Amino acid sequence: MYAQMVQSEASTDDPEKLAAFQARIDAGEKIEPKDWMPAGYRKTLIRQIGQHAHSEIVGQLPEGNWITRAPTLERKAILLAKVQDEAGHGLYLYCAAETLGVSRDELTEMLLDGRMKYSSIFNYPTLNWADMGAVGWLVDGAAIMNQVPLQRTSFGPYSRAMIRVCKEESFHARQGFDAIRKMATGTPAQKKMAQDAVNRLWFPALMMFGPSDADSVHSTQSMAWKIKMNTNDELRQKFVDQTVPQIEFLGLDLPDEGITWNEERGHYDYSDPDWSEFFDVIKGNGPCNTDRLAARNKAWKDGEWVRDGLLAHARKKAARKHAAE
Amino acid sequence: MKNEWPLWEIFIRGQHGMSHRHVGSLHAPDAEMAIKNARDVYTRRNEGVSIWVVEANNIAASSPSDKGPLYEPSESKVYRHPTFFDIPDEVGAM
Repeated sequence: MYAQMVQSEASTDDPEKLAAFQARIDAGEKIEPKDWMPAGYRKTLIRQIGQHAHSEIVGQLPEGNWITRAPTLERKAILLAKVQDEAGHGLYLYCAAETLGVSRDELTEMLLDGRMKYSSIFNYPTLNWADMGAVGWLVDGAAIMNQVPLQRTSFGPYSRAMIRVCKEESFHARQGFDAIRKMATGTPAQKKMAQDAVNRLWFPALMMFGPSDADSVHSTQSMAWKIKMNTNDELRQKFVDQTVPQIEFLGLDLPDEGITWNEERGHYDYSDPDWSEFFDVIKGNGPCNTDRLAARNKAWKDGEWVRDGLLAHARKKAARKHAAE
Repeated sequence: MKNEWPLWEIFIRGQHGMSHRHVGSLHAPDAEMAIKNARDVYTRRNEGVSIWVVEANNIAASSPSDKGPLYEPSESKVYRHPTFFDIPDEVGAM
């Protein structure tokens, strides 16, 4: 999930309007930008869609890291296409957030100065090529778990952005699985790298769904508003159930000794991630937080002359056209 | 000065949750009248839940003759499609 622990805003609007709004959502209607909406709905959505967008953009960094070092030209072209998609996903989402009355630059600035977050997963490093397989397969796999139900979210522009994203996301997971499968069935050294990548990324991937439901204070209102479609634990369980057989298919060892099939529940049991590590990463103390934010700040600063230059050119052209008329 | 009303392009949202889609055009003196006319021209049989109107000369469009240079580059990038990757059935949907 690319949005974690999004703080839900309580609403102080007119109770009658709130009830009518809730009735529309309960009836499965989509809320569109020009419709009346509670201030809390708007604020929570800006936070969630913004965080989701930031995750797509920051998420380019750990993978971009390996484009120039891909093992073959084909893998390089595939990874490049995947990272390019992520930029597009960020764009769809920023545009959806902008329909709520926040500007692109405002969102960017809030990311750059740390007021807004992005998914904790991108604060982990990608150490070698096996990580490219594991990220596509596990990280995008976890994101898909969350994004598929969000296609039915109540806010029209968010829902439509998710439909587009999901259409493209299947390629991401499959190219990752294909890359790691190649290594898992390769030389003993390659298999070892694949195993190491799965071991390192398993728990950070589980953390993507956010804290356990018991500790998830923001869920109730967001679920009533259909901004959040499933609880964190539901989605995490679904992810584990889907992924464990895939790990076994690859002939790799399970990354957690606690994983066992629970006949009674009809699900796999698994160990909880270390939540103190999660909260620490969210606070800014993960292995790559400083690097990631520094890279985004540098890109924004280095790109300033391009943004300003193109705008100046457009204005000059418009003025010339105006003068000629 | 010409007194011809400008042309407006009309976009209708067919049902809740869908995108607005282009349905056609009409002439109107301003945006408000364009919406009223669009209601009469394009939604007489409950075709829509929302109307967008855009003055036609505010729409920038790609040229049909650019089709080659614009879209050919993606033809060789077959790996952008999920079906490019052979995923065994036993792995499940992905």
